[in-house]
Amino acid sequence: MTEINDIAFVGVGQTKIERNKLGDTFADMVYEATKKALEDAGMTMDDIDNVITTSNDFWDGRTISTMAVNDACGGGLAKNMSAVEGDGTFSSFYGMSRILSGTYDTTLVVSHVKGSESDNVYITNAIFDPIYMRPIGLDSLNSSALQMRRYMAKYGITEEQCAKVSVKNHKNALKNPYAQIAIDISVDDVLNSKIISDPLKLYDCSPVSDAAAAVIIAGGEKAKKAKKPVWVKGVSYTADAYFLGDRDLADASALDKAALEAYGMAGIEDPLKEIDVAEVYDAFSYMELMWYEGLAFCPPGGGGKLIDKGITEMDGELPVNPSGGLLSGHPVTPGGMIRLIEAILQVRGDAGEHQIDGVKTALAHGINGACGQSHCVWIVGR
Amino acid sequence: MGKKRTAIVATGQTHHRSSRLDVNGIEMINEAVDRCLEDGDLTIDDIDAIVIGNMDHFEGINYVDMWSIDGIGGFMKPVFKLTTGGTTGSTVGQAGYYLTASGMFDKVLAVGWEKNSESDTTAAITTAFDPIWDRLVFAGAIGGLAVEAMLYLDTYGATEEDAARVAVRDRKHACNNPYAQLRKEITVEDVMSSPMLSDPIKLLDVCPRTDGACAVVYATEEYAEKICPKPAWFHAGAVKHPYNLLGDTDLVNLPSMQLAAKEAYQKAGIKEPLKEIDVMELYLPYSYAGLSWIEAMDLCKPGGAPKLIADGKTDMDGELPINPSGGVIATNCIGATALLRMAEAAIQIMGKGGARQVPDVKTALATGFGGCFWSDVTVFRSTKP
Repeated sequence: MTEINDIAFVGVGQTKIERNKLGDTFADMVYEATKKALEDAGMTMDDIDNVITTSNDFWDGRTISTMAVNDACGGGLAKNMSAVEGDGTFSSFYGMSRILSGTYDTTLVVSHVKGSESDNVYITNAIFDPIYMRPIGLDSLNSSALQMRRYMAKYGITEEQCAKVSVKNHKNALKNPYAQIAIDISVDDVLNSKIISDPLKLYDCSPVSDAAAAVIIAGGEKAKKAKKPVWVKGVSYTADAYFLGDRDLADASALDKAALEAYGMAGIEDPLKEIDVAEVYDAFSYMELMWYEGLAFCPPGGGGKLIDKGITEMDGELPVNPSGGLLSGHPVTPGGMIRLIEAILQVRGDAGEHQIDGVKTALAHGINGACGQSHCVWIVGR
Repeated sequence: MGKKRTAIVATGQTHHRSSRLDVNGIEMINEAVDRCLEDGDLTIDDIDAIVIGNMDHFEGINYVDMWSIDGIGGFMKPVFKLTTGGTTGSTVGQAGYYLTASGMFDKVLAVGWEKNSESDTTAAITTAFDPIWDRLVFAGAIGGLAVEAMLYLDTYGATEEDAARVAVRDRKHACNNPYAQLRKEITVEDVMSSPMLSDPIKLLDVCPRTDGACAVVYATEEYAEKICPKPAWFHAGAVKHPYNLLGDTDLVNLPSMQLAAKEAYQKAGIKEPLKEIDVMELYLPYSYAGLSWIEAMDLCKPGGAPKLIADGKTDMDGELPINPSGGVIATNCIGATALLRMAEAAIQIMGKGGARQVPDVKTALATGFGGCFWSDVTVFRSTKP
């Protein structure tokens, strides 16, 4: 019987993240990611037992948005298909569960979004309660601004410390051919960039992006026979309260819990020491600092010091987002799946110019909802 | 079969209505969840994970899994959302199976819901289709179904009255179901004289728009019989979601249903469905589906359904009762609808059907329909797989 430690990621594929893939439909992007993942795994669609798509009807402007890509991911009549709406880390979990159930040996999980065809303000306003919260005009930007303000106030985190995340990740992106915004900027550049929603400035924010991603998960013999398996060590996901006022936005309690559970499965006691590289959901600069704390890389409020000490730089003790993260390209729904792909590539030693030496254990993190309401944490390793 | 044997051990649903002005979506979901937990004598603390589904464009709520946390009891629990259109309920219901069978969770709550009174249903369904090729000419729910109905009439020489009998049956059954929305008997003449919507589909041939929610709990073998004396064991699931531009879709004998039924029968070891299955809860959104699709499910030869229906074989006291709940023609809260089929199938196995109970049900089958003529089939039994 397949246990979680018998599950491996055996193939990954991603498109380049771009501001506007004018020439590509959803299906074109998903086809590209699927084809790359199959080639990476040395598989054909005949080796794939079932398929999960990941998309969001609001972002796609289509109800049943999975319908747009059913053929592009090789699903259709030939495969049992399902569709998760949310981040790709969650759909990957479901894809893994279907193997663990004993029903399938392999799952292809795909994700896509075209931010270029979406209107962020309206779409993210629709996340909020229609009676009490939408009329205020809340959206992903200004709700995150509230969270950043609360986080800074509670723990004395500074705008400079947040800016350092932006500098680090945009610089890391210079070594990632898939990144959308790869630039060498200074803390002053971030601080002086246009205010988007106080205290968020332009370079604190991730861009609007188009991309698709795909992972192939396998269990048992199929995993053992894989060319380059990266094994699941732990995974967990947890949701927090919905209303922003019901949470202390400075703390990610759901992440605390998800991380603890994932670490428990992976036998990790000291994440800072035992994890070699992390790819986290840095939709905004301050979020990366908050997630350091939720992931127990440091105590609550310690995120600022961690970045000040350079611990999460490429050459630090625990490099975070060597790919450049979402600040360098943020396709919503593939966002977390790309973190997972990057973690897998790091473990394989296939991350190219942004490879960290000697990675044995890597962490990937995805979120759902406003201000990180729900979190999913994956630990993968050799 | 799966690593763990798992079963539906509890179900809950709202009293479905055309408009629930007394509750918001979260409160309505909570009604179904509370009733489900009560059915299994469970509390939310017993639930390890939750899956939920609906169609975003109906209510206009983005990230419904996050929004519904207070209604589903998802605070500090693993939650995610699934959406596949009309099949959302069966997608969510099958996810409950996979998540428990995986061994990752012992008890999983699966929730489907829709508040269609807050939606422009056809406008929302229209956006499912390709914006360039399909949306302007052939999208929405009823247009494609009307073409399918016309093809059925033409192919097999069936009559509109043949189809009307399906609606008459389901509406009669609905009178036995306290949760159904439309609980008033109708006649073939009523159907025939009801307003034409899209030729040959008339008002009483089709499902209503409904506000409602449904929840089920799946539990693994270690817990199932402790929670429910007669759990509905999951025996087979088949999912066929072809992608087609609508113009490419084969609308005769619904190929997705043929393939899904065949796969489910094969997995469950069913050779003669009419004889071996004790009750069916089918997602029949309109009367003609009750002819064409049961042929696709091999209950009779192509073209044979009108006689099967007219002979009363699928009535409550027939050889294979179909839709004791009244089915979709009596209640269609879309994201909940296919999960209601699974819940009703489970209720029949549990023996909790009350006035709509079919005696001695050992094998029950539920279907889902949606998307671009997609079909899902699930088989439950009173015995362990």
